[in-house]
Amino acid sequence: MDALLENFFNIAVFREVLPFLLQGLLTTLGLSALVIPTGLLGGLAVALLATQSQNKFVTLLVAAYVDLFRALPPIVLLIFIYFGFPFLGLDLPKLFAVALGFLLNNSAYYGEIFRAGLLSVPAGQTEAARSTGLTRAQALIHVVIPQATRNVLPDLVSNSIEVVKLTTIASVVALPELLRIARDAQALVYNPSPIVLAALIYLIILWPLVRWLSRLEHRNLLAR
Amino acid sequence: MDGLARLLDTFFNTEVAARYWPDILAGVWITIGVGVAVTATGLALGFALAILRAKQTPWFSIPIVMFADIMRALPPLIIIIVFFFAFPLIGISMSAFTATWLSLSLVLAAYAEESLWGAILSLPRGQSEAARSTGLTWWQTMCAVILPQALRLALPPLTNRVIAVSKNVALGSVVALSEVLNNAQSATSTAGNPTPLTMAAAAYLAIFIPAMILARRMENRMQWRV
Repeated sequence: MDALLENFFNIAVFREVLPFLLQGLLTTLGLSALVIPTGLLGGLAVALLATQSQNKFVTLLVAAYVDLFRALPPIVLLIFIYFGFPFLGLDLPKLFAVALGFLLNNSAYYGEIFRAGLLSVPAGQTEAARSTGLTRAQALIHVVIPQATRNVLPDLVSNSIEVVKLTTIASVVALPELLRIARDAQALVYNPSPIVLAALIYLIILWPLVRWLSRLEHRNLLAR
Repeated sequence: MDGLARLLDTFFNTEVAARYWPDILAGVWITIGVGVAVTATGLALGFALAILRAKQTPWFSIPIVMFADIMRALPPLIIIIVFFFAFPLIGISMSAFTATWLSLSLVLAAYAEESLWGAILSLPRGQSEAARSTGLTWWQTMCAVILPQALRLALPPLTNRVIAVSKNVALGSVVALSEVLNNAQSATSTAGNPTPLTMAAAAYLAIFIPAMILARRMENRMQWRV
């Protein structure tokens, strides 16, 4: 019991490292605020290409893209970008490598979700919108995409929670997000309490979101 | 050297590929082994928890919901790191394999429990009432009536989750589990050439694209019968 308190919940260590971990948390949140919107936009673009394009070659290419990046573990992609590209003489800044890896990966995941959403909107909606004189783009923007987004909202929330959790992999390229700071602090104070504290911080931030998601999914289940 | 030749020499260097091919292949078996082990224990534990939760007694429900919430809220990488780097200090040492396998199993169990529980809830009450009124016991009703239908309903989220969690075996590289990525990284630094990383990406694709196709087929077949 003493070993547990000393090594996992060491109050003195908690107090010492908390300001640094909060700094790391800010980086984690900032990173999430960067990669979630870019991923959503990339995903929407992928889904629009997949559902609206009449060109067989384009749809095939998009399907291949989605399958490829859904099969590749994000950490493999990130390490490939960050440690592979410098061999070509391209020294990418950490943040750029992480943002690129997340964009490629998230566009595939959000793309699949948006695609399901776009397909769930009945064709009559587009036809009705077009018949009132809206252009194709206007019909998409004002009629189809809002309904599609609503229909897949729980999936979008769920994936966004996964993305926040996934930002921990940026620690392997030494981007100073929460997990990285906690690991550095652990090495410094020679006690794993900082990692436990980081886990608690993730829990405090994400638990309410997970709860909310459960209720959202449950409500959708009942509404069907 | 012109651009294309340089690109090929850097990322698709056949000489380097031939030299490190055995390392990558050894990693592939570890990745598949850990992935299969995680799938088996994670699903088994998740199903057991969902069935216990269906008993609807607070003694089971509250701890199960808490477990599922915590495991879904924590990033898997931090769970692996806590098991591998922190637990030894309270006298529980585990290998990289055990830490990765245990972490991912718990994560998969949490998601599997939620998916199956959601499916059980969505079945009409009449199903279990009718089964009970024919004289089946609670367990018989669960095994013969509820689970077969619920599993079919929960199949798409379950297969997605199994693949998503198995892909996280690559996170084991952080605790030096000798799976594909870990082996590729050490090969890259000894070779001074990133071709092993290309091979690692190709190896992961070779493992998971067939897995995704298999999952899609299974879903289609099940959907057709319902």
